[in-house]
Amino acid sequence: MRKKHTFTCVNCPLSCSLELVEEDGEVLEVSGNECEVGRRYAEEEFRDPRRMVTTTVRVRNGILPLLPVVSTRPIPKSLVREAVKALSNVEVEAPVQDGQVIYRDILGTGADMVASRRLDQLA
Amino acid sequence: MGKARKPDVVVIGAGPAGLGAALAASEAGARDVMLIERDVELGGILPQCIHDGFGSIVFGETLTGPQYAQRFIDRVERSDIEVKLNTMVLDLRPDRSLTAVNSRDGVLEIKPRAVVLAMGCRERTRHQVLIPGYRPAGVICAGAAQRDINIEGLMPGRRVVILGSGDIGLIMARRFTLEGAEVEGVYEIMDHPGGLTRNLVQCLHDYDIPLHLSHTVTFIHGRKRVEAVTVSRVDEDLKPIPGTERLVPCDALVLSVGLIPENELSRGAGVLLDPATGGPVVDERMETSVEGIFACGNVMNVFDLVDYVTHTAEVAGRAAAEYAVHGARRRREALAVRPGRNVRFVVPQLLRGHDREVYFYFRVRHPERAVRARLVAGGMPLAAKRARMVRPPEMVRLRADPEKLGEAVSRGGLSIEVMPEDREPGELSGKVAPEDQEPESLEPEDRE
Repeated sequence: MRKKHTFTCVNCPLSCSLELVEEDGEVLEVSGNECEVGRRYAEEEFRDPRRMVTTTVRVRNGILPLLPVVSTRPIPKSLVREAVKALSNVEVEAPVQDGQVIYRDILGTGADMVASRRLDQLA
Repeated sequence: MGKARKPDVVVIGAGPAGLGAALAASEAGARDVMLIERDVELGGILPQCIHDGFGSIVFGETLTGPQYAQRFIDRVERSDIEVKLNTMVLDLRPDRSLTAVNSRDGVLEIKPRAVVLAMGCRERTRHQVLIPGYRPAGVICAGAAQRDINIEGLMPGRRVVILGSGDIGLIMARRFTLEGAEVEGVYEIMDHPGGLTRNLVQCLHDYDIPLHLSHTVTFIHGRKRVEAVTVSRVDEDLKPIPGTERLVPCDALVLSVGLIPENELSRGAGVLLDPATGGPVVDERMETSVEGIFACGNVMNVFDLVDYVTHTAEVAGRAAAEYAVHGARRRREALAVRPGRNVRFVVPQLLRGHDREVYFYFRVRHPERAVRARLVAGGMPLAAKRARMVRPPEMVRLRADPEKLGEAVSRGGLSIEVMPEDREPGELSGKVAPEDQEPESLEPEDRE
C-alpha cells in the first residue's frame, strides 16, 4: 500500500517540510527538500529514526543527588522512553568519573550509558 | 578586613563565559587570575543542561551540557587560576575595585588590573510578562524547573502547561514527559515558534506534544497551588480575543518567556548598556565603556550557541590579560558598527582597532530567504556571508579579517546589513570573506 509521511528537516534554518512516499516500506519519492541532506534525512527518519538518550540516575554519597548520563550513540527512537524508565531504578555510588560506564548495552541496543560529568563524594 | 588583593584579572561568574575567559587570560600571560563564582561548583547553567547538542563548533563533536563544562573545568583545575566558589560579588566600581563576600574569607576587597564580566543572564518571570490571576505555587520558570528535575531530583508538577516556545521550554516539555509528567501543551503568543526546528521535532513531535501558536495564558487559577490556567487566542496585535478562552486544568505553569542579561554589577560600575541587547556596549576586544572592564557571553546579549559564548570569552580573556600586562593603550576613537537592513543588533557595537580578526554576531528582524549578510564601510561591502535562510531565533556570525577591518576603519560609516541575494549580483566577487565558503548554518542548538 502506498503511504505518505511528512517530516520537518532539522539540518538547517530552512526547515523544509518533507514528504516521503513509500510502498510496503520501499521509498518511492521524497519531495519538499531543497537539498540532498533533506532527502537523506527523510529516508533515515522513515527507515530507522534514532535519538541520543540523556537522563539522570540517583547517586549515593555524592555532592549532588543526581548524576547526568548520556548514551554512547543514538538508539532507536521508539526505545527512548523505555530506556529512561529502566534508568530510573539505577543508583550509583560516588565518586563517579566523567565517562564512567553506568549501564551497559541499554535494552540490547549496543549503546552504553555513561556519566556525563565527574561527581565527587560528599566530604 | 585585610589589605586589598591585586590580581591581574578578576573574572566574575564561572559559567561557560567565565571559564573560557579565565583560561584565555591565564594562557595569554596574566600572572594572577581570580575566578569568582557564587554557586557551589563551576559550570554555571551547563550542569543542568543534561541534553546533548553542545560544542559542535568548538570541539567538532556533540556533547551534553555537563560534558561541555567538564572540559573547561578540567583545564581550570590543571591551571593556576585561583577559584573562589560560594563567593558573591557585592559591588563593582568604575575604578575596577570590587567587594566580594564568602563565609571563609569574610569580606574581600579586590583591586584587579582588569575585570571580565561573565555573569550570564536570568530568566524573565511571570511579573515581567504580566499574567493576570492568583499567585499560587506551581508557576515556575523553565530553567528553574530544569534545575529541580536534573540537579535536585524534584518534580515541579504532574500535569504541566508550558508558556513560550523558546528552546528551554521545548527541552523541558520533553524532559517532563520522560520523567512521567503529562505536558498538556506549549502555548506561544507569536505566530511562529521561538525555538529551533530541531527542538520542535525532537522535543514536541517525537512526544506528540501540541504547540499552540498565537495563544497565551490569560489567567492563573488556584489559591494555594495552580489548579488551571485560562488560555486564549491572540490577534495580530497580540491582544487576547474575547470568546476564545479555554480552561486547562494543570498543577504547574512553566514559563519559557525569554532571558535577560544580568547587568546589576555592570550598572554599578558605570558600564554603558545597549538597549537593543540589554548588555554592555563593547568594542572588538570586548572592552566596555569603562576602561579595563571587559564582557563576554550572555551578559552581553543572549546567545543561542554556547560555542559562541566560548569564542567571545576567549576574546575578552585575552584582551583583559593584554590590558593587565601591558597597561592601557591610548584608546582610539571608536567607530560604531550600526545595524543596517534587517538587522536588529550587532555585537561588538564598536570597532577601535584592526589588529585581530573579529566575529560580528547579530540577529535579523524577520525571516528572509536567500540573503547575503555583509559588513559595509562607507557604502563598500568588505566581508560577506551567504545564507539560504535567516531567522530571528538563529544568530548570524560574520567574520572579518584584520586587513578588511583596516579598510573599514579608514573608510568609516560601518554597518552590518542583510541583503537579498539577487540584488547587485556579482558585486562581491573577489571580496568574499573566508567564512563565506563554509557550509551555511549547519550549527546545532544549545541555548538552553
